[in-house]
Amino acid sequence: MTTKNQEENQAGITQEGRFYSAERLHAMHDMMLYIRRFEEKAGQMYGLKKIGGFCHLCNGQEAVCVGMEEASEPTDYMMTSYRDHGHIIARGSDPTAIMAELLGRAGGIVGGKGGSMHMFDKEKNFAGGNGIVGEQVPIGTGFAFASKYNDDKRVSITIMGDGGVNQGAVYESFNMAALWKLPVVFVIENNQYAMGTSLSRASAETHLYKRGISFKVPGIQVDGMDVLEVERKMAEAIEHARSGKGPMIVEMMTYRYRGHSMSDPATYRTRDEVDEWRSGRDPIVRLQKQMIEAGLSTEADFKQKDKDIKKEVVAVAKAAEAQPEPDLSALWDDIITDEIPNAYPYPRQVG
Amino acid sequence: MAKITYRDALNQAMCQEMERDERVFLMGEEVAEYNGAYKVSQGMLDKFGPRRVIDTPITELGFAGLGVGAAMAGLRPVIEFMTWNFAILAADQIVNAAAKMKYMTGGQYDCPMVFRGAGGAAARVSSQHSQAFENWYANIPGLKVVMPSNPADAKGLLAASIRDNDTVIFIENEMNYGDIGEVPEGEYIIPLGKADIKRVGSDVTLIAHSRMTGYALLAAEELAKQGIDAEVVDPRTIRPLDEATILTSVAKTNRAVVIEEGWRFAGIGAEISARIMEKAFDDLDAPVARVTGKDVPMPYAANLENYALPSVAEIVEAARVVCNRA
Repeated sequence: MTTKNQEENQAGITQEGRFYSAERLHAMHDMMLYIRRFEEKAGQMYGLKKIGGFCHLCNGQEAVCVGMEEASEPTDYMMTSYRDHGHIIARGSDPTAIMAELLGRAGGIVGGKGGSMHMFDKEKNFAGGNGIVGEQVPIGTGFAFASKYNDDKRVSITIMGDGGVNQGAVYESFNMAALWKLPVVFVIENNQYAMGTSLSRASAETHLYKRGISFKVPGIQVDGMDVLEVERKMAEAIEHARSGKGPMIVEMMTYRYRGHSMSDPATYRTRDEVDEWRSGRDPIVRLQKQMIEAGLSTEADFKQKDKDIKKEVVAVAKAAEAQPEPDLSALWDDIITDEIPNAYPYPRQVG
Repeated sequence: MAKITYRDALNQAMCQEMERDERVFLMGEEVAEYNGAYKVSQGMLDKFGPRRVIDTPITELGFAGLGVGAAMAGLRPVIEFMTWNFAILAADQIVNAAAKMKYMTGGQYDCPMVFRGAGGAAARVSSQHSQAFENWYANIPGLKVVMPSNPADAKGLLAASIRDNDTVIFIENEMNYGDIGEVPEGEYIIPLGKADIKRVGSDVTLIAHSRMTGYALLAAEELAKQGIDAEVVDPRTIRPLDEATILTSVAKTNRAVVIEEGWRFAGIGAEISARIMEKAFDDLDAPVARVTGKDVPMPYAANLENYALPSVAEIVEAARVVCNRA
């Protein structure tokens, strides 16, 4: 349901009773498009062997990244698995530092120590970037525990995929979070495939929002290809957690256009299936249509915007690539905080 | 100085640090209402309340990870494993999260926390509940591994571990919980990374940690009767290791026996022996000997269990061998 909002004499869209100003819609659109172009650039740089190791792109899932960020406060904690570029960009971290990390440069967001899978930005309360499937879920529960301990009303937004949701750590976390009414929103990005295994081949209960039932964790399912619905439903879930009612599960129905990682040709699904999501449900195209319909923008404006963003991303990649690799001395940094100088293995020494 | 048990000394350290720092909390199975499976946390729920002394479900991976997140968010968790055998379930959070978090985040996030509980062999509980894991954790950059052998060290080292800004693996020994010793009252801290000479001697250096320190001291008494004057060095901190104290002792005695309860292959004794070979080869008058647990899962039958563990007699024998007195 999309209508022009005339009441406040302000241009925008009202959906399900929630008003989004033109300015905010543009910001959401631009961020989604930025993430899309950034990921495409990352894919290209990977193809040129400038990015090494594992690289998991989130093309198609941008509405989840941006809608969640829109619904949260900057002081709320957020953490996810290794498909993390989109989330940390949406959080507002420096894209050049993110690209520099992908390239293994000194100015990378974690100094070139982590790469694609380990993006962290403490200033933005973004805690990874965690490479072991499901590992971040107890950790996110721990951030929520700290919020409750300090009574500071911060919510932990703990993201996992439809693959991660089958890890035992997740259920241990659901239980503790419900038992102690911890302010955490467990977000399941259901992009239908855990690497190459489809949801129905891996999960007996494919309605993942129901996975909290035996822990009394309420769950909702959200169209993760609709950034406005993501924002709205996440706002409700975050409010639920912040108000002391405990955890909530939000299942985001989404789709990744690319393979699991750069080495995955995705032969386990049909081209038709990918095309159906790409052309029929794309989150960026969808918002563009809504905004054009509401008279907030034009196709020509969006084309120009796309050109501008592509230019920005090219500039970011160039700036990141121009950075030096980390100094070799960085090998020894940040292992231990309280170093004990006269004990073996000696800090900063071989042998 | 008051004479108290090893378990009460640990209790004093935790209470001391919780009174001092509001961010410190204790979490684990049976730590609160039950007062601790081994009564280490006796009375702490009454003293600090359920906000800071927290019973968990039996969910080691979950609460270990919760501790990691809480530490990253600025708290100072003390996470109790009823025994270190159960911590295997939590190994992902200890090894892949806590130990690497600082490095992997380019120094942005610290993980100042203590994982503690009973390690080593207990009595008659068979193979899944009797094993030494210090070599597992000592192998990992980013972790510190601390093992007290007596009540005073238990207090001073645990307090230091809680104040430390890194992740500390603090391995107690179930068989030592009832040991009584003199423990300084009030605030007491023993710096990490410092070995302690538990007995001064001139003929052979016995290097032993945790419960084996007591065994080494008994062996030294027996050796004294046989005219061999043994020095007993307790590393106390396994990682990082105060090798200077060990090497100084070996330079004096020219002979060394390394004793550990754990398995021989790739054990702590292997590391310490290699270090002595690398750094003190010319000081040695005999090859370094090792006394270790037998290379078997721990059996239940009393005689088999006894046989599987290192004994005072084996330490005496090893010392005699390196002293050419066998």
